[in-house]
Amino acid sequence: MDFSFELIIDSLPQLLAGVGLILKLVAAAVCLGFFIAVPVAVLRTSRSPLVQALPFSYVFFFRGTPLLVQIFLIYYGLGSFEVVRNSPLLWPILREAYWCALIAFTLNTAAYSAEILRGAIMAVPFGEIEAAKAIGMTRVQAFRRIILPRAFRIALPAYGNEIIFMIKGSALASTITLLDLTGVARRIVARTYKPVEVFLAAGILYLIIVYGVTWLLKRLERRLSITPPRLPVKAEDAGPV
Amino acid sequence: MTRNTNRDTGAGAATPALDVEDIHKKFHGLEVLKGISLTAYDGDVISIIGSSGSGKSTFLRCINFLETPDAGRIRVGGEEIEVRQKRGSLQASDRQLVKLRQRLGFVFQNFNLWPHMTILENVIEGPVQVRGLSKKEAVEKAEALLAKVGIDSKRHAYPSHLSGGQQQRAAIARALAMDPQVILFDEPTSALDPELVAEVLGVMRGLAEEGRTMLIVTHEMGFAREVSNKVVFLHQGRVEEQGPPGKVLVDPDSPRLRQFLSSHLH
Repeated sequence: MDFSFELIIDSLPQLLAGVGLILKLVAAAVCLGFFIAVPVAVLRTSRSPLVQALPFSYVFFFRGTPLLVQIFLIYYGLGSFEVVRNSPLLWPILREAYWCALIAFTLNTAAYSAEILRGAIMAVPFGEIEAAKAIGMTRVQAFRRIILPRAFRIALPAYGNEIIFMIKGSALASTITLLDLTGVARRIVARTYKPVEVFLAAGILYLIIVYGVTWLLKRLERRLSITPPRLPVKAEDAGPV
Repeated sequence: MTRNTNRDTGAGAATPALDVEDIHKKFHGLEVLKGISLTAYDGDVISIIGSSGSGKSTFLRCINFLETPDAGRIRVGGEEIEVRQKRGSLQASDRQLVKLRQRLGFVFQNFNLWPHMTILENVIEGPVQVRGLSKKEAVEKAEALLAKVGIDSKRHAYPSHLSGGQQQRAAIARALAMDPQVILFDEPTSALDPELVAEVLGVMRGLAEEGRTMLIVTHEMGFAREVSNKVVFLHQGRVEEQGPPGKVLVDPDSPRLRQFLSSHLH
């Protein structure tokens, strides 16, 4: 087999355009998803089954079905309703693969993020919430000032994972004609019959993106960290040797 | 009604700072508080003692509705907290709760500082968010309070960088920043290493000397004797004996209290 570095070099501009699309899609989906996830997570912590019903169903559906199915349902499914096709408001959005992918990604990541955040809210030490109550905060104030800021910090490592899953999940955008990194790679392969070079290059680019995002998240985590700097262990705490 | 305070004199003394009447509380059918009443006048320092399980912490938590009492009345500065009976426990509106809690400071056994905020931010949080003070005003006041409890040099540190004693002093400053009428202390030194207890008790002694009204659930009998003007002994959810520390802690009537003291002194 003759390995063609040239092909990799030649495809790079197109592949990088695919990277651009991924970054755009994932960044938009994660940001929008976050704003959906916060209220969903807060409602999910309610003790009232009535308040819980809607956010629960939402999370249940989007976590319980594959992202690919969700993309297809939005891209092919909604378009098969005449009401949607005739709507001057919906159709210009829903006929575009880009917007369909963005909607699917957003709803999907929001559902996962909401569950991560819900777990984090539950993990905020009870005493800190009591301290907020004891000082005279209302529930809303306690959420805004104490519970959510604490929960975001607790959620950050798991939330970082979710972002990375989203980056890799974005490859599914290529199934509805979008030219993301995977989409571009597939197109080049179809033209050149050189899957090794092209997918290898695509894989390396994914690695670089994920590494970059991981690095950013690590920095953010360190900045928001509230644990004390490691102190030398006291002799009496060290236990028997 | 007998008053055991030797601090307050004057016309305003007729209205208690805090008047708690007949508090009942059950946990899963187990009756923890069987009707406890307590009155604190301005300047009173009341120590609440009793063995574990006697209901003393629950009682303190019921006063500011961290636990919801099943029955009872609470008056702060003569004003009654409006409650209604609902499914076997008392319900107060959010507004009533906020009002009650603003007037009662609460100091926890485990400090419960907010770890994502610096010490100064912890102290100004209530004044700024709850009372609506300007940040500048709140900071000035907070710095004075932190100086008073002796940790002004730590104001930009995070709680996790402080010792337990320093954290508890910060928590006391946080409670003081709300200008409460009464401060409730729930075993404030029980979570501390022995060598750190004294610094917290020292701060509390200072507050007592200033004439602050305080309710203290404590196991520190020496401190109770020295600083409080009234001691309440709880046993199995009831007030078993109360009075001035010189009587209650030295020559108690109740055999149970005598037994309790013999196991706690020395």
